[in-house]
Amino acid sequence: MNARLLPLCATLLICLIAYAACVFQFPAMFSTRVAGNLLTDNAFLGIAAVGMTFVILSGGIDLSVGSVIAFTGVLLAVLITHYGVHPLIAFAIALLITTVFGASMGVIIHYLEVPSFIVTLAGMFLARGMCFVMTTDSIPIDHPFYTALQGLFYRLPGGGRLTFIGCLMVLVFLLGIIVAHFSKFGSYIYAVGGNRTSAELMGVPVARTTIGIYAMSGFLSGLAGIVFSLYTSAGYSLAAVGVELDTIAAVVIGGTLLTGGVGYIAGTFIGVIIQGIIQTYIVFDGTLSSWWTKIVVGVLLFSFIALQRILVFLSLKRATATSGG
Amino acid sequence: MIRLNTAALTKAMPQLLSLMLILFLNYLAFPGFFEIRLQDGRLFGSLIDVFNRGAPVIILAIGMTAVIASRGVDLSVGAVMAVAGALAATMTVAGYPLPVVILAALGAGLACGLWNGILVAYFDLQPIVATLILMVAGRGIAQLITEGSIVTFTEPGLIFFGTGSFAGVPMPILIAASLLAVAIAVVRRTALGLLIESIGINRSASSYAGLNSKLLLLVIYGFCGLCASLAGIIIAADIRGADANNAGLWLELDAILAVVVGGTSLFGGRFSILMSALGAVIIQAMNTGILLSGFPPEYNLILKALVIIVILLAQSFSSLGGWAFLKGEFRSKGTKRQ
Repeated sequence: MNARLLPLCATLLICLIAYAACVFQFPAMFSTRVAGNLLTDNAFLGIAAVGMTFVILSGGIDLSVGSVIAFTGVLLAVLITHYGVHPLIAFAIALLITTVFGASMGVIIHYLEVPSFIVTLAGMFLARGMCFVMTTDSIPIDHPFYTALQGLFYRLPGGGRLTFIGCLMVLVFLLGIIVAHFSKFGSYIYAVGGNRTSAELMGVPVARTTIGIYAMSGFLSGLAGIVFSLYTSAGYSLAAVGVELDTIAAVVIGGTLLTGGVGYIAGTFIGVIIQGIIQTYIVFDGTLSSWWTKIVVGVLLFSFIALQRILVFLSLKRATATSGG
Repeated sequence: MIRLNTAALTKAMPQLLSLMLILFLNYLAFPGFFEIRLQDGRLFGSLIDVFNRGAPVIILAIGMTAVIASRGVDLSVGAVMAVAGALAATMTVAGYPLPVVILAALGAGLACGLWNGILVAYFDLQPIVATLILMVAGRGIAQLITEGSIVTFTEPGLIFFGTGSFAGVPMPILIAASLLAVAIAVVRRTALGLLIESIGINRSASSYAGLNSKLLLLVIYGFCGLCASLAGIIIAADIRGADANNAGLWLELDAILAVVVGGTSLFGGRFSILMSALGAVIIQAMNTGILLSGFPPEYNLILKALVIIVILLAQSFSSLGGWAFLKGEFRSKGTKRQ
């Protein structure tokens, strides 16, 4: 079997075992309601995680995700509630700003040749600061269009709800898979992440690809912000603190190498669902506290990184063995 | 010796000038900024406050400088602070004597640092990844220790570390200054600083040259964890409680920023602990200035972002040779001296 598929299979297996264990203890978890809620509750995380997967595949990191989500939420709330802008126009403005924001981070990363984490760190401060400048209050959004979108769902057999935002996340994942594996841009991303110098020598437009990746991450963070504001019906500048860590964790648990070049968008989806299952389990259990989520995610992170190291080590050993013999 | 000092001073000029500029702006915004008075045997004043509030970040920056010089980064220091603070507060409430509490909290920080060190040195993980694990899990562990509540305490011995003073100087400043002196003496009076720079520049070459780079990395990360726990104790002692969720939140970023402002490259190699401490003071002077001038504290984040961008632009400008023309004079002198 292809060694690159192994982390993905391990993630899938852990996800299934975790879900089976949960169902064994709480049979009520085996229902379309829980499944529907898993998608709805993690929709913003999943959408942001798709953008993060592309960034990490290219060998970078984007720490600004959480702040951009909060920024989008606050911007929408201010535009819709204070200025009476129609939500669709507000969405377009928000997506435009976040895409340009991401692209400018990409420009700095590529042309100034600085590590992505320090640039996106500045982006994180900037986006969070802009939230505070707009408002420090939590602004509710009450608009018929929002109510209509929130009321849009497909009722599954068994009472589960496949909500609009849940479907949107699945759609983003499907589009992400198409871009990553069936488009020129996708192969450029893998090439840049695998080895930047070789990619450049092969004629990959590194500048355009890098800027495109961060623009896409900005766009998807903006979309995640829109979903988050639909989910909470409010804009709050302290919302979504630490979401960048959750998305990075989802990407790594999904089997993407943080060194870049190796990984699958589908794995990230499973990574998001695993985090969702842990949270659902904690809710069902009732006695465990939410901090166990962080510890379990930390343990999972460590296990997957260790697994990846072992795989890399084994493949290196095999490579030297074949070249030596 | 004097020539060496002027060279060091020239190098530190941008940072010193910006600190002076910020302090001057603070003075314009708040005319009483430089007033220092002695009250109840302790120094008070905005300038003292800058150092006092900046002490935890100075301490973090000392450890972070060593890590960054070795071409790494430690994202977990904020979480380690929370763990150390939580442990100190919980053990104090449980009635353990002060020395045991301090040793346990420092030990926990050291253990966290060594864990990071093992992952980086022996598992060969990228430092960002290795320390990310503890950054995520550390806060969970801290919450586990405090059982999710904010643990408050009234034990005067521990509180002394945060709000006490010795010979008029607040304890946090004293602790930070002594750590700074010890760290500089250790890295500059022994070969340690040189060895750290060498693994930062080229780890495998240093290993081939006979340097035990794995052990050295372990020591560096252990030291960084120790610094983080010290900062965690000070912050817990200052607020007389441990808040697992918010103690040290975002301080890892402040510490990295302080090191970068101080001029140490994120790509490892040449470093200066003193300059990082200066960077931490600059950041704190900005914080205090914004508070004093009546702007909402949230503007701080935008200002920090702008500072990072300006520094990146300046560094990139100089790496592209922009300063070469201006600096030609100094460079030729430098080669003559060698």
